[in-house]
Amino acid sequence: MTSFEPKIIVFLCNWCSYGGGDLAGVNREQYPPNVLGIKVMCSSRITPEHIMESFMDGADGVLVTGCHPGDCHYIDGNYKTFRKMDMVSRMFEDLGINPGRLRLEWISSAEGNKFARVMREMTQLVRELGPLELKEEV
Amino acid sequence: MHGMINMKKDVLIIGGGISGVQAALDLAEKGYEVVLVDKSPSIGGNMVKLDKTFPTNDCSICISAPKMVEASRNENITLLTYSEVKDVVGGAGGFEAKIWKRTRYVDPDICTGCGDCETACPVEVPSEFEQKLSDRKAIYVEYPQSVPLTYTLDYTNCVGCGACERICDAGAINFLDTSREITVEVGSIVLATGYEMMQPHEWREEYGYGRYPNVLTALEYERLLSASGPTGGKVLKRTDGKPPASVAWIQCVGSRCKQKGMPYCSRVCCMYSTKQASISKGEDPELDTAIYYMDLRAYGKDFQQYYDKARDKGVRYLRGRPSRVYGLTDGRLAVEYEDTEKGEVRTDHVDMVVLSSAIIPSSDNKKLAEILEISLDEYGFFDSRDLLTAPLDTTRKGIYMAGCAQSPKDIPDSVSQASGAAARALMPLLERPRKGRRKKRPQRDVSGEEPRTGVFVCHCGKNIAHYLDVEGVVEAIRDVPSVAHVDHSMFACSEDAQTEIKKAIEEHGLNRIVVSACSPRTHAPLFQDTMEEVGLNRYLFEMANIRNHCSWVHSDDRQKATEKAILLTRMAVAKAKRLSALTEEEIMVGNRALVIGGGPAGMQTALTLARAGQRVTLVEKEAKLGGKLRRLNTLFPSDIDAREFADRIAHEVEDERNIRVILSAVMENIEGYIGNYTARINGEDIQADTIVLATGFREIEPQGWHGYGKDPRIMTQLEFDEALASHELERPENVVFINCVGALEEERPWCCRVGCGNSLKNAKEVKKRYPGSNVYILFKDMRVFGKGEEEYYMDVEGKDGVVFLRYSTGEGPEVTVGEGKLHLKVRDNLLDEELEIHADYIVLAMQLEGDETAPLLKKMLKISSDPAGFYMEAHAKLRPLEFPSEGVYLAGGAHYPKNVSDTLAQAEGAASKAMIPMMLGHTRSEGIISVVDSDKCSGCKMCIAVCPYGAIDHDPEEDKAVITDVLCKGCGSCASVCPVGAIDQKGYENDTIMAMIRAALLDDEVL
Repeated sequence: MTSFEPKIIVFLCNWCSYGGGDLAGVNREQYPPNVLGIKVMCSSRITPEHIMESFMDGADGVLVTGCHPGDCHYIDGNYKTFRKMDMVSRMFEDLGINPGRLRLEWISSAEGNKFARVMREMTQLVRELGPLELKEEV
Repeated sequence: MHGMINMKKDVLIIGGGISGVQAALDLAEKGYEVVLVDKSPSIGGNMVKLDKTFPTNDCSICISAPKMVEASRNENITLLTYSEVKDVVGGAGGFEAKIWKRTRYVDPDICTGCGDCETACPVEVPSEFEQKLSDRKAIYVEYPQSVPLTYTLDYTNCVGCGACERICDAGAINFLDTSREITVEVGSIVLATGYEMMQPHEWREEYGYGRYPNVLTALEYERLLSASGPTGGKVLKRTDGKPPASVAWIQCVGSRCKQKGMPYCSRVCCMYSTKQASISKGEDPELDTAIYYMDLRAYGKDFQQYYDKARDKGVRYLRGRPSRVYGLTDGRLAVEYEDTEKGEVRTDHVDMVVLSSAIIPSSDNKKLAEILEISLDEYGFFDSRDLLTAPLDTTRKGIYMAGCAQSPKDIPDSVSQASGAAARALMPLLERPRKGRRKKRPQRDVSGEEPRTGVFVCHCGKNIAHYLDVEGVVEAIRDVPSVAHVDHSMFACSEDAQTEIKKAIEEHGLNRIVVSACSPRTHAPLFQDTMEEVGLNRYLFEMANIRNHCSWVHSDDRQKATEKAILLTRMAVAKAKRLSALTEEEIMVGNRALVIGGGPAGMQTALTLARAGQRVTLVEKEAKLGGKLRRLNTLFPSDIDAREFADRIAHEVEDERNIRVILSAVMENIEGYIGNYTARINGEDIQADTIVLATGFREIEPQGWHGYGKDPRIMTQLEFDEALASHELERPENVVFINCVGALEEERPWCCRVGCGNSLKNAKEVKKRYPGSNVYILFKDMRVFGKGEEEYYMDVEGKDGVVFLRYSTGEGPEVTVGEGKLHLKVRDNLLDEELEIHADYIVLAMQLEGDETAPLLKKMLKISSDPAGFYMEAHAKLRPLEFPSEGVYLAGGAHYPKNVSDTLAQAEGAASKAMIPMMLGHTRSEGIISVVDSDKCSGCKMCIAVCPYGAIDHDPEEDKAVITDVLCKGCGSCASVCPVGAIDQKGYENDTIMAMIRAALLDDEVL
């Protein structure tokens, strides 16, 4: 039996974390191919429904990434993301989803190494957690 | 490519650092054609070498890269990189410049920036960009975000092996290419040559730079901190590659030092050292960080608070200039210094020493000054026509300057000057026709058509194809229902491929395009332009990044990389199916500006606008124009008469036909948005297209501070200036100036920026008028940092014999009022002595705060202010003169207190910003804005609360949210909070995001 390979959805903001992903590429920083990125203009565009949909459709982990505090292209969008994610992660904990499956990270467009590291860490963590099994009522 | 090339443009800008880029953008956005020359292979200058910027810790490359890309894409800007100005003839309105464009031996039109050549090149040379801390190849880009992203073959180091040429699939390398001369005709010239840093080799003897590997320059340390730097962001000792346990920063290495360097202050070192130390401390709380300084000059907006935070974090500040650094037998370094606060000579042992070496003029200034026939100051910076009143003009008409070309300065002061220089540079061009924005091409209406997507998969030479099965991706996508055509090419970005894409659009009736290749951040506009050429709206486009986000990072697993590339492409196709054509709405902007505040900032803004043909209403709450100039005696650091200057500039305003002045004005209301403001002033409705806020600052309430109010001989700084101007003083024996009254304390932690200078010039005036008098300045740190200021300070201390006493917060001077002289008692923390002075006058340099009109105006204009009452600009570093929403601009003390020179530069800059939409005649909204479905909207106002741009209003009659399209910047945060799903973001609709998730995870019908 092959080891479990998780599927991870990564939401990327146009200005910082997507650029961090670009730079990881330029620097050939290797990370597992389990992550699939979806670009939005600002991390504050992401709703709890997007995260829920990802889990319902079979994602084993979800990463939301944005600019570092103070760096947001839209002034304070990342602060809104931070508050929202705080709420969402508590909600998911109540639903019995391991909080490690949902992660928020600030990655600047100069942090190619951090981008790759976060992708490696997240994949490893979710791999250890095993496949997400949602309860019927969720 | 031999022979001469001739170009006719409007402005030549020399230097492509942040100042040059900003000046170019300010001009190009108004429709002027600019040539931007930089001697390096890439624009970006020094700012892109920094890791983060103070005091916001913004990532430097992240905030500068979008500006550089903007400059490279602007059709009114021609970039001439790797080029130098050789000769200039003519005069204002008609210069002719000869520019030598060196060959890169790489064709920029063909080079894709893939980096294959770099891998093949066997020659390694020290990287200038990385401060020689790591190597680059002989064929290289300076840094990954270089603009243009074209490789350069460094001929000096090339061994001619031909490896790069053989590996380049695009065929971009041409060893036979030659340099050439380009002649450009322009009307004006802007110098933005930036700075260099003094090489501390001269300090080898004292500080051991070049002798001890762990003695670094600040710029070297900056590269160590940078995540994309030679150590991946880790600070490591050069001796053993291990992290240091202690780092010492030495300030003023070559600055404030007549004997061995430059007498001036380099203006930024205190803050960048604070930044470096606090970032390092944040990474490793155990790290011992110490900064050795003379005066900690935290003078700018939020600087003092940043410094306070660093101290709270444990960064140690030691007042003293180290006399030497020497190596110890255990490999550590000894720093020998006198702690002037404790009066002890000490030696500290540290692992690493960072030298804040002086900011010195660009070595090209001398040659340029000769070519341009302009003068340099004694250090080699360009001379201003008048330092205080015409800081951006060189000594020759038609040639202007910005940023560190004039003197050392930080980023916001540089970009303010850059915008200001742009306003100056358009003055000789007013008769010229400007280029309008590109006319929109006719577009095919695809709204009724079934989605027919064309997918183009790129090999990127070997960059993608070597690591994943491109043809496999093509086959996997071919049968997707919404896909009407799939193709693949060696380089999807090549000219040939564009022709293929256009042909495919027409042959297969394609109405959506997906390109699976590299990053949309660099390449989307290219494909979008191609689509527009055949009448397809540019928003009907999506990219899948199967290179940076796939082939390059999963290079060891071909099968998995291919699977992921298929998924990424499927996701893009799912999105494309849901895309619709979007338009950028145009709003007319006329030429009416409202300038609020009639001080130097407001008057200069009004003059610049009016001289460029705009119609200005200038409103002042007092009965006379002039603002603070009316209360000051002289101006620091030029000693010119403040009132004479106020009269001169007020006359110019009154004589200007395009300016209407309203005095004793009361702002009753302001409504509207860009192109459409109505302000109610003194009962009259004034229409305006743009608004500039120049409301200045004020002293805090002085009552109760050091006996103020008990005796008329205790005055605030402004009152003392007034008394000096009206010659009301009685010949004093002893005069005491107390700096930082109410400043740098818990309640009001900020630094007022101008108090030290003001005390200095008044102290000098007292000494001049009353020879034999004793003058004392009680200070915390002497914060004089601008051009000519340190030199002035040295004169006041030396020649004029003013006595300086340093006191601490919490040990403020005690003043007793009684019979006879005022009695003052203070503890000098350098002499560690209690001193008593019997003073005839005590002058309080009061803390400054925002004008009293700020609370009202910010409400009317939906903008915000900081706790000190100064308006919050759009971005502390790069947009100091703007607000988040277009149409309102900022200058002078309303932003933060500043001297006249900085105020006038900002005023010119604010005028430049306001003129962008005014000269174009319109502004354009983003395409990807939010829309409200009013049938669903419940009027809960959640969206209004989250919008950072004030773009959403509540319509009370309908009880619905209404979006002003032109103010929406398309972040989508409103769409994410709407509880009933009534708001959606175009291009990033909820359904679209959901479809991408499903395409990534499920095998279903979303495609």
